[in-house]
Amino acid sequence: MSLSRRIAALFRIKVTKALNRAEDPREVLDYSYEKQLEMLTKVNRGLADVATSRRRIELQMDQLTSSSGLLSTQAREAVAVGHEGLAREALTRRAAVTAQLADLEAQKRSVQADEEKLTVAAHRLKAKVEAFRTRKETIKATYTAAEAQSRINEAVSGISEEMGDVGMAMQRAEDRTTQLQARAGALDELLASGALEDATRPAGRDDIQEQLDQLTGGGEIEAELSRMRAALPPGSGKAES
Amino acid sequence: MITRILGEGQFDVDEDRLSELNVLDEALQAAIDSGQEAAFDTSLRALLDAARRFGTPLPETTLTGSELVLPAQDSTLEQVRALLGDEGLIPG
Repeated sequence: MSLSRRIAALFRIKVTKALNRAEDPREVLDYSYEKQLEMLTKVNRGLADVATSRRRIELQMDQLTSSSGLLSTQAREAVAVGHEGLAREALTRRAAVTAQLADLEAQKRSVQADEEKLTVAAHRLKAKVEAFRTRKETIKATYTAAEAQSRINEAVSGISEEMGDVGMAMQRAEDRTTQLQARAGALDELLASGALEDATRPAGRDDIQEQLDQLTGGGEIEAELSRMRAALPPGSGKAES
Repeated sequence: MITRILGEGQFDVDEDRLSELNVLDEALQAAIDSGQEAAFDTSLRALLDAARRFGTPLPETTLTGSELVLPAQDSTLEQVRALLGDEGLIPG
């Protein structure tokens, strides 16, 4: 059997289970509708979680952008007064900030993609649930249990498949959100230490210094220091003692 | 033939195109069996492009099951394998 038929068959197993749940097939309609409303609530909650995750990333990006500006200023000022060690520290930390910003930018894109997908999925599910509600009332009002069977099968198949699809999209988004939250937590700690903000503050814990070192390469910083020294007006500044 | 692309919705695909879809479907299956990520990505994209091209999207209010269900565009080989291996992965 082809791949796409096999996946379709897996979805149908779920439907069959749902349909076999009640003696009168019409009861299945109400049971399924209840599940649909629960699913809609879950999807909306999932969307809210993803939006919160995106806002947290944006907030961290704002913080890092302002840190980057501050560290650049510190580096320039440090070079001007001949305090090269501090300038190097400021540039090292700014390089770490830049690396984090690039990482956050990628995270933000992935969260936005999830948000868009879930929004579309939620919209479609809502339209189908509404269609199901109307269909359900028609079936219950018009048909006997025996007559209703095939109409119920079709409606329940359609909605169950949609719920399975949306449910899978939500799981994927949730998994990603959980991963991102863990990373955001680690970054919040780094931000709270002040190490990404101000070169005059000690990095404090060893693991923070280690992270800073890992995030930055040395070559670019030396090059930038030379550029800053070259940009000084002749005769200004003094050699570091 | 009603076809669902997971994450995108349902399409009505012309029966005449079924043999073309089957070829792409088999290529995807082969990539999964051999565990080749690159071949998986290429064949999944080819299969989904074909389904979209040969199909007409169904209205949002349509309630009907699909004969074919295709993996989502952003699925990984691992995710599709897991899906095939365990019906319990499908929620709802």
